[in-house]
Amino acid sequence: MSVLEVRDVWKSFGDNTVLKGVDLTLDEHDVVVLIGASGSGKSTLLRTINLIERIDDGQLLLSGDDISDPAVDMDKVRARIGVVFQQFNLFPHMRVIDNVTLAARKVHGENAATARERGAALLEQFGLGDKLSDYPDRLSGGQQQRVAIVRAILTNPELLLLDEITSALDPMLVGEVLDLVRGLKEQGSTILMATHEMAFARSVADRVVFMHGGRILEAGPPEQIFDAPQQPETREFLARVTHH
Amino acid sequence: MSDGAPPVHEPSALELQRREYRRQATWRSVLIAAASTVAFALVAVLVVVNTPGWDAVKQTFFNWEIGRESFPDILEGLWLNIRALFFAGIGVAIFGTVLAVIRSLRGPVFFPLRMLATVYVDLFRGVPVLIVLYLVGFGIPALDIFPPMSAAVWGTIAIGLCYSAYVAEVLRAGMEAVHPSQRIAARSLGLSHAKTLRMVVIPQGVRKVIPALMNDFVSMQKDVGLISVLGAVDAIRAAQIDVALTYNMTPYVIAALLFIAISLPLTRLTDYVAARMNSREQIGGVV
Repeated sequence: MSVLEVRDVWKSFGDNTVLKGVDLTLDEHDVVVLIGASGSGKSTLLRTINLIERIDDGQLLLSGDDISDPAVDMDKVRARIGVVFQQFNLFPHMRVIDNVTLAARKVHGENAATARERGAALLEQFGLGDKLSDYPDRLSGGQQQRVAIVRAILTNPELLLLDEITSALDPMLVGEVLDLVRGLKEQGSTILMATHEMAFARSVADRVVFMHGGRILEAGPPEQIFDAPQQPETREFLARVTHH
Repeated sequence: MSDGAPPVHEPSALELQRREYRRQATWRSVLIAAASTVAFALVAVLVVVNTPGWDAVKQTFFNWEIGRESFPDILEGLWLNIRALFFAGIGVAIFGTVLAVIRSLRGPVFFPLRMLATVYVDLFRGVPVLIVLYLVGFGIPALDIFPPMSAAVWGTIAIGLCYSAYVAEVLRAGMEAVHPSQRIAARSLGLSHAKTLRMVVIPQGVRKVIPALMNDFVSMQKDVGLISVLGAVDAIRAAQIDVALTYNMTPYVIAALLFIAISLPLTRLTDYVAARMNSREQIGGVV
């Protein structure tokens, strides 16, 4: 069974139709990268999957469950999905370890001591072992984003959504965050991410999806999309982002 | 981008089914809300009506005969409250802003001014409104330096002085909540400190505290009733006179209802403005 199935999803904001019938399927361990210009619908697609935006039509299935059914408990669905945002969105009034373990303790009812233990181990694994008791504003952008990723994965979500997680980072710090994502892929996470990092997309993605004007114009393995794009829009987009 | 897409997307059967479900869910919650409101009101009325003293209370506070007779007097008094509110409101807007700006001035040159404003705010926030009313309403005229003015005017001034202190603090909080990068950006364009305040900081700061300011205004709306202690014949005083004539408290209830009536539109407007600001400042979404 697929982890995520997006079926003919439509979404408008007023007169502006942002998603025009998007179809997308992620199987277990798939890493799918969304590329496309700003306003092409990448972020909106991620937000609809996390039920932050309600779709106007179509269907969303998470491991076979229809999560676009209005009878569904949105909190339960969101608890099964990990999300990392462009602006980190760590809670500034909580220490790193409390940020990371919040959902485990308060949503999944995990005992505070074991949550702390697992959180500390995961932070240690990603090179943040000495930051447990720091407040987020003491950390660099790259460190903050790594903490945000740990926060998203500590509850072992079925699906991880990454929304341009390196766009707000100093170029020097992009690498450490992307290395972490590469590590997640090796551990078998199922990831749907929007990014402008084309080199990273090429090296990590199982599939690259090019979005344009609210539609998926082209999708396929990275070699195909980057080396032999079929659509003129894809070629134009890649020409713009690779040569300045 | 328009590669042959239909201009309007026709919703699928599944989506129509979902909309129907949401419609029913909305109806269900409306019905539940209505039922629980009715039940609650019923219980409240039954409890009050069945208290042992209810008949006496009804006679003293809810005698509609007396209420009807006192209504014109009270309404006339209310007109005075509304005028007092109007002028106090204008005065507070000006004086409150001046105080807030003075308190946010930086630099040692402004220390005396800043200190004066701080002392003023501390004093007028700390002293009960009633005492300020007595001091201003009876004390200042006794100095014999101002031409004689009616109690209502002194009362309005006293209320204005108190609320200027509250409003100044709210405005200052708003101005301080404007991110420092905004000041830096404005100064980098060459705007002076004063122009930065006027063009950039105050407009944004005021926007942040509009709900708090409206809350203060609603509060002032009823506090203008306190000018009656100086002898001004406002709604409360008019009611008091009728109470003394009839030995019945109903005129006070009438005055209370009138005060509620003038404050209701504004409280609802406050809710509306707050909701609109929320929806505009958040990125939206279902959270």
